[in-house]
Amino acid sequence: MGSNMAEAHPVGFQWIIEAKLRGAKVIHIDPRFTRTSAHADQHVPIRAGTDIAFLGGVVNHILSNDLDFREYVAAYTNAPYLVSESFQDTEDLDGLFSGYDPHTASYDATSWSYANVNSEPHPGHDAKERSDPYQHGARGPFVETADGGIESDPTLQHPRCVFQVLKRHFSRYTPEMVARICGVPEETFLQVCDAWTANSGRERTTSLVYSVGWTQHSVGAQYIRAGSIVQLLTGNIGRPGSGIFALRGHASIQGSTDIPTLFNLLPGYLPMPDTRHETLSDYLDGVRGPEQKGFWGNSDAYMVSLLKEYWGDAATAENDFCFDYMPRINGDHNTYRTAMDMLAGKVHGFFLLGQNPAVGSAHGRLQRLGMANLDWLVVRDLSMIESATVWKDSPEIETGEIVPEKCRTEVFFFPASSHVEKAGTFTQTQRMLQWRDQAVEPIGDRRSELWFFHQLAVRIKERLAGSTDERDRPVLDLAWDYEVEGDEPSPADVLRHINGIDLTTGRTVNGYPELKADGSTACGCWIYSGVYANETNQARRRVSRFDSGPYDAEWGWTWPLNRRILYNRASADPEGRPWSERKKLVWWDEESGQWTGNDTPDFELKKPPHYRAPEGSSGPTALSGSDAFIMMADGKAWLYAPAGLADGPMPTHYEPHESPMRNLLYGQQGSPVRKVYGRPDNPSNPAPPEANSDVFPFVFTAARLTEHHTAGAMSRQLPYLAELQPALFVEVSPELARERGLTHLGWAHVITSRTAVDARVMVTDRMAPLRIDGRVVHQVWMPYHWGSAGLTTGDVVNDLIGVVGDGNVFIQESKVLTCDVQPGQRPRGPALLAYVEEYRQRAGITVETGTRIATAGGHLERAHIEPDEPDDDPPEEAS
Amino acid sequence: MTRENSFHGPLADPAGEAGHEDHPPRMGFFTDTSVCIGCKACEVACKEWNAVPEDGIELLGMSYDNTGSLGASSWRHVAFIEQQRPLGHQDAGLTDLPVGPSSTETTTEVVAEALEATERGGANLGTAPVDLGFPSFDLPGAGSGVENRTQFRWLMSSDVCKHCTHAGCLDVCPTGALFRTEFGTVVVQQDICNGCGYCVSGCPYGVIDRRPDDGRAWKCTMCYDRLRADMEPACAKACPTDSIQFGPLDELRERADRRLADLHAIGVSEAQLYGRDPEDGVGGDGAFFLLLDDPEVYGFPPDPVVPARDIKSMWQHAGTAAAMMVAASAAVFLGGRRRR
Repeated sequence: MGSNMAEAHPVGFQWIIEAKLRGAKVIHIDPRFTRTSAHADQHVPIRAGTDIAFLGGVVNHILSNDLDFREYVAAYTNAPYLVSESFQDTEDLDGLFSGYDPHTASYDATSWSYANVNSEPHPGHDAKERSDPYQHGARGPFVETADGGIESDPTLQHPRCVFQVLKRHFSRYTPEMVARICGVPEETFLQVCDAWTANSGRERTTSLVYSVGWTQHSVGAQYIRAGSIVQLLTGNIGRPGSGIFALRGHASIQGSTDIPTLFNLLPGYLPMPDTRHETLSDYLDGVRGPEQKGFWGNSDAYMVSLLKEYWGDAATAENDFCFDYMPRINGDHNTYRTAMDMLAGKVHGFFLLGQNPAVGSAHGRLQRLGMANLDWLVVRDLSMIESATVWKDSPEIETGEIVPEKCRTEVFFFPASSHVEKAGTFTQTQRMLQWRDQAVEPIGDRRSELWFFHQLAVRIKERLAGSTDERDRPVLDLAWDYEVEGDEPSPADVLRHINGIDLTTGRTVNGYPELKADGSTACGCWIYSGVYANETNQARRRVSRFDSGPYDAEWGWTWPLNRRILYNRASADPEGRPWSERKKLVWWDEESGQWTGNDTPDFELKKPPHYRAPEGSSGPTALSGSDAFIMMADGKAWLYAPAGLADGPMPTHYEPHESPMRNLLYGQQGSPVRKVYGRPDNPSNPAPPEANSDVFPFVFTAARLTEHHTAGAMSRQLPYLAELQPALFVEVSPELARERGLTHLGWAHVITSRTAVDARVMVTDRMAPLRIDGRVVHQVWMPYHWGSAGLTTGDVVNDLIGVVGDGNVFIQESKVLTCDVQPGQRPRGPALLAYVEEYRQRAGITVETGTRIATAGGHLERAHIEPDEPDDDPPEEAS
Repeated sequence: MTRENSFHGPLADPAGEAGHEDHPPRMGFFTDTSVCIGCKACEVACKEWNAVPEDGIELLGMSYDNTGSLGASSWRHVAFIEQQRPLGHQDAGLTDLPVGPSSTETTTEVVAEALEATERGGANLGTAPVDLGFPSFDLPGAGSGVENRTQFRWLMSSDVCKHCTHAGCLDVCPTGALFRTEFGTVVVQQDICNGCGYCVSGCPYGVIDRRPDDGRAWKCTMCYDRLRADMEPACAKACPTDSIQFGPLDELRERADRRLADLHAIGVSEAQLYGRDPEDGVGGDGAFFLLLDDPEVYGFPPDPVVPARDIKSMWQHAGTAAAMMVAASAAVFLGGRRRR
């Protein structure tokens, strides 16, 4: 679901083909019939943006028919725990959970907690601005646990236990409702349910694959939660052939979240300090609770080691290990807010590396206008991308919105070396680091990122040398002690530093359990600790699976600690025996008194299954022998999230921000905490209960083609790729083509309240209309790879998309919006602006459209629009 | 098997026949189109390795096929076929949807028209619709323009030079530019080719073609240089799903037979091998295919015949005719004598 794996991940898809050859059944649930569907046993067309309704239906089907893997659920999930009496569900509040504040469009999650836990109220607005849920990343939030443990009912019968709460929450997601919302006929839906449940249990497992078709929604995080709930109920986490596969969008996007490029994260999913944190202990108290179970209990060791890596000898226990040198965030500095801040003149300089926002980010026009309003812009890329040339060839030149002579941005373009011209690691979907050697020397002035940042640091340090200004200390004190080869650091030595070094011996540590909070270890990313164990580059290992067993244990290196399947303790029953011989992975070996098996056990090696933690313990010690989910604060997988999410403890179907439909399940139309940016330059198409949604009657979704790479900088420039997909096109069904008079290979343009873009028409049986609640709904699809540069050029599809985000992680809702399609080409120049304005008027669009977020109870609450004047207290600059 | 001539029919050892002694086994491609995902990595890898030039950045709109056909500058070609029929037991998800008639026929016409106006470096065969003059093979109701569509499948297939056992191109080449390698493959030597173009009309598949710039003929070499270095051809190396398999032809034929049986067993009854049979008109292909429909659907000729197949009978007929003329002349003389 939400993945076109054959096209976007063709190399990984070889394993789906392999599984199929061995008898696996493949079901592809997707709005379009794609190259993935072509190889599926069943294609299930679905309306974009309704996956939670579908998955909620699956949950309901499982729970109403007692099809869950009961022993697994009772042992490893939080199903038995009781939820607070003050919790109210969407069933009670017309689509909202308890704790909602319509004024700030955020939740106080206090009432979602477990029953016998006393919690202080936590207004959610600030947390939402910092995207706190994202900071919880891999670890989950901490939950307060009462003395004597969390109240529970092992029989799962108590009306307030998670199991029953879940059952009630999803009870209205019936097959009939799924059909009405998703457009999936009841019979088809039940076929999927049957296939899923029949292929799960002791003897069989089912995998779930998703990609950005799931994440890029205003409820993206809850899509994944919904998938997780189904997989937990069916016992499909931590076992061979099970799991949720989050296919990452680029060669090392996994790496770029592990060692993040995000404003609110530090390496290893440690949160970025914010303005509430005066001292290191303030900060650590926010990461781990005092009685918390699990390995986040050791986060002091991870953070202190990170500070030691940054500031070396300058970081001492006396000065809080230089914690004061860390920048603090004070609100939303995500990429879209930053673009808006550029427009507002709050951002002066911008580094752009391996990204082409003028084409590749939602609302390309906003991105380009922002980048045309900087003092300076540094672009490092393989070719002269559209983002480097906004000042002279963006579409806004034609409309007169950017005048090259007057554009103030000074652009510095640096040619970057490609992956074959430098050594380093890629971290892929399976969390595996694979080292690659340098194949050739870079041509001309091309240099690696490592070279660039090393040189930048060295030169800035030189400039600041001798400064007595306090604010220069963080830069001057940076350890920056990498081994240098020529004029750039050794990539292997950088990986050594990421792995971590025992400062008493100078040798690499063997894993994160060896990290210390006393300043005697340094480590650049605790979850990568072990990648340079024994002073050996483990990521460079290339032992074939034919020589190292079925889990390729000696091919590359997987975090954490080379575990190939996360939470694999769950592959054995509570007593430590495999659930079945066929699906064994790790198990307790009584004789040797330790866990063993085909994978590195994701559990303390010598902790027996029957171990019970002593009272009052915390951290790893507090984990019992059957607490398989060792990173969670209660040792359990969460069917219900008592804390940590901005938009509710359980997934709930909300219509997309732009939708042709009223929500059939609740009065609450869209996500009640979605992040809207109500500004004149970011209009929304109206959605019910607002009027005139029929001006943009079609559902729009965009994605990639195999032949091109994201924003096209790496493919439109290459003749062999450009000739394979030589033009931007729009896919429509024969039915829509008839309705709108579109002809195959002719021109059409697609219109939203942001702009209109031209495309050639591809009429195909692969697109089909759906019947949604008795009416026919058409979907259209476009690839988004085109821009003004390269051997094949075209309009920027992302210009159609506005900025609205998931309330948890701020990802933009670019996988579903509404649009109109008309034959022929769009108007050009200033006439285009007038044409789109005419559409906006017809749809009655104002700055308030789409920003009246709360609609539960049948009334529209206030609009969330941005003030005209900048705040008195502007947020810190981000770059 | 038949040593009396090597113009047609099964031939156990084409390389030996061509004079290679102690040669490696005959190497080939088995392209299993049932696992092709249409990624076109084969096309790109081929062009990269062999430095084949780009040959047209234009939208053909033949589904996702913008290559069109094999040609002098397209040595691998991935065809995409959108069809109104089921793939084995696959459920395309159209049941109970508010759909109308298919668009396949209309788009095919549009593409065919557009294709004629397109300048391509390649030959005129390919996946472009060809009117075969047959009655429709489609399911009842399909394509007649009024019934609602209920079935759909999307076929993908990577085409390549067949490296025939009896290669029409090689047979007619007057300069010796085309030759049979020690691997049993057929390769053009561009430094010898004089651009006469006989090979183009000699190929029963429409594979080999001349480049417009200097008129020399080009086609797949099965990466002859890589084979000599004990490496597999670039396309097979790049294929992520092993749709393109490379190896000794004997092994590939066995593997293909097993795969065909597996597909038939799971209900894909339309699966068939193409170019596998040494008894066919070219003595079997060095590059053969598993197809999910009749060959013409993919743009393959249904019954390719090497033009040289008839040389023997032509010479035999000519010989017979000559003998008869001799006999007749003799008879005239002899008869005359008798009469006298």
